[in-house]
Amino acid sequence: MIAFDNVAYSYGGGELLSDVSLRLTPGSFHFLTGPSGAGKSTFLKLCYAELLPTAGRVTIFDREVRGLDRDEVARMRRRMGVVHQDCQFLDHLPIAANVTLPLAVSGRDTSAQDLADLLAWVGLGQLADALPPSLSGGERQRAAVARAIIMSPDVVLADEPTGNLDWDMSLRLLRLLVELNRMGKTILVATHDLNLIRNAKQQVAARVLRISNRRVQLAGADL
Amino acid sequence: MRITDLLAELRQPDRQADRVVPPSGHTAWLTSFVAGTMAFLAVFALALSLAAGRLADRWSEALERTATIRISAPEEQMETQTRAVLAVLETTPGIGSARALTDAEQQALLAPWFGADLPLDTLPIPRLVELHEEGEGYDAEGLRQRLAAEAPGAVLDDHLRWRQPLAVAASRLRLLGGASILLILASMAAMITLAANASLAANAQVIRVLRLVGARDIYIARAFVRRFTLRALTGAGVGALAGMAAVTLLPSAEAAGGFLTGLGFQGAGWFVPLLLPPIAGTVAFFATRAAALRKLKELT
Repeated sequence: MIAFDNVAYSYGGGELLSDVSLRLTPGSFHFLTGPSGAGKSTFLKLCYAELLPTAGRVTIFDREVRGLDRDEVARMRRRMGVVHQDCQFLDHLPIAANVTLPLAVSGRDTSAQDLADLLAWVGLGQLADALPPSLSGGERQRAAVARAIIMSPDVVLADEPTGNLDWDMSLRLLRLLVELNRMGKTILVATHDLNLIRNAKQQVAARVLRISNRRVQLAGADL
Repeated sequence: MRITDLLAELRQPDRQADRVVPPSGHTAWLTSFVAGTMAFLAVFALALSLAAGRLADRWSEALERTATIRISAPEEQMETQTRAVLAVLETTPGIGSARALTDAEQQALLAPWFGADLPLDTLPIPRLVELHEEGEGYDAEGLRQRLAAEAPGAVLDDHLRWRQPLAVAASRLRLLGGASILLILASMAAMITLAANASLAANAQVIRVLRLVGARDIYIARAFVRRFTLRALTGAGVGALAGMAAVTLLPSAEAAGGFLTGLGFQGAGWFVPLLLPPIAGTVAFFATRAAALRKLKELT
C-alpha cells in the first residue's frame, strides 16, 4: 500500500529522516510516535506525496511518487483520507461543504442523509452550516475526521487527530478508525497519546512505529 | 480547450467549484472595469473602422466609373476640339455616355474657390467633358492617343491619381481601426492575466487545501476561469452598451461635415459592437485559463 525504501528527507540543510524502510500493508493499523519535532508530520506528508523524499523511494499504491504528475497525485489522494494537525479548511465555506469537498472535487454526488449521519456521528449535526473559524479546536478536528473518511478511502492518515478532543471523543474516533480497519482500510495515526495507543491495542492488532534519531523503528512492548 | 468547452462551462456551471474560491474584492472590480473600459474604446475603434470602410466604398463608387477630359485650346478652337472629343468618345468602345459641362455647371464647380460671380467668358477656363464607362470600360491609353491626334488640347483624367491615395487612406484607416481593436483585446488579456495571477496568489491556501483533498489542476483552474470569464462578459457588455450610447451622441453623417460626421454605425452595423462582449469573454477565458494552469504549475 505504502512503502518506504531507504528514504531520507532533508530540509534547510538538516536531515529530518534518514534511511527509512518500511511497508504499510493493506489492512494494517499503525501508530507513529516520537517526540515533538521528530518528524512525524514530515513522515505523514511523505505518505501522501505532499513532500518528496530527498533520497530513496516512496511507493504509494504501487506507484513511485517521484514519477507521478500532479493529476496522478490528485487521483491518488482521493484514495486517502488525511486528518491534518491544523485541519486545513476553506474558511469561507460551511462545515458541510468542507466535509464534502473530497466528493465535490472528484465529481461525486453527496447524499444529504449520509452527510447528516456522518456529521451527527462526529457530534457536528447542529453545526453543518457553521463556518470553520466559528468552531472550537475539538469541533474543527472532528470535522477534519469526517472529511477524511467521507470518501471511504483505502488509507487513513491522521496527524494528532485527538490533540484537541476530550477522552470520550478520542475513544469514539478510535472506535471509528478500528471499524474502518476491520473493513480492510489501512490506518496510520501519528500521536503522542500513549493511552490512546494502549486502548487501541486492546481492540486491534496495531503496530507502533517510533521516530528516534531520524530513523523510524518498530517500537517494542514497552508502551 | 475548445470554444464548445467554454460554452458548456458557462452553460452548466459547477456551483460547488464556483464556491471553492472565496468572493474576492479588488480583482473582481478590476476585471469588470478593464473589460468595460476596453469594450467602450473598442466600440469607437469599430466605428472608425466601419466608417472608413463606408468612405472608401463611397469614394470608389463616385470616382471609379467616371473620367473627365479637360480641353485647353484657344477660344476660337474650343468648340471644334470639343466636338472632336465628343465624336471620338462616341466611337470608343466601353464609354456609355459623354457630355460637355455647361458654363453654369463649370461655374458651380469653381464657385467654392472663386465665388459665384466669376466671369467665365473673360477667363481662359478649360472646357470639361464628363464621361461614364459601361461594360468592361475603355482602353485609357488608346483613348489618349486618339485624343492627341484628333484634339491636341484634350487631356484625359481617369481619376486614378485621386482615387488611389483616397482608397489607400481609407483602407489604412480601416486597418488602423482593426489594429486598435486587436491592441485593445491584447491589453485586456494582459490586464485579466495580471488580475487572475493576483487572485491565484491570494488564494494559495485555498489551492493547497483543494489539492490535499484530491482536486486536479483543471478543477481548480475552472473555478477561477469561470469567475473571470463572467466578470469580463458582464463588464464588456456594460462597456459596449455605453460605447454605443456614446456613438449615438456623435453628429449624424452630413456631406458638409466630411468624414468626422460619418463616424458611427449604420443599419446592420449597429449589431457589430454586440460581438464585443462574447469576444471579451473568450479572451478572458483563455487568458485566465493559461494564467491559472501556469500558476498552479508554479505552486507545486
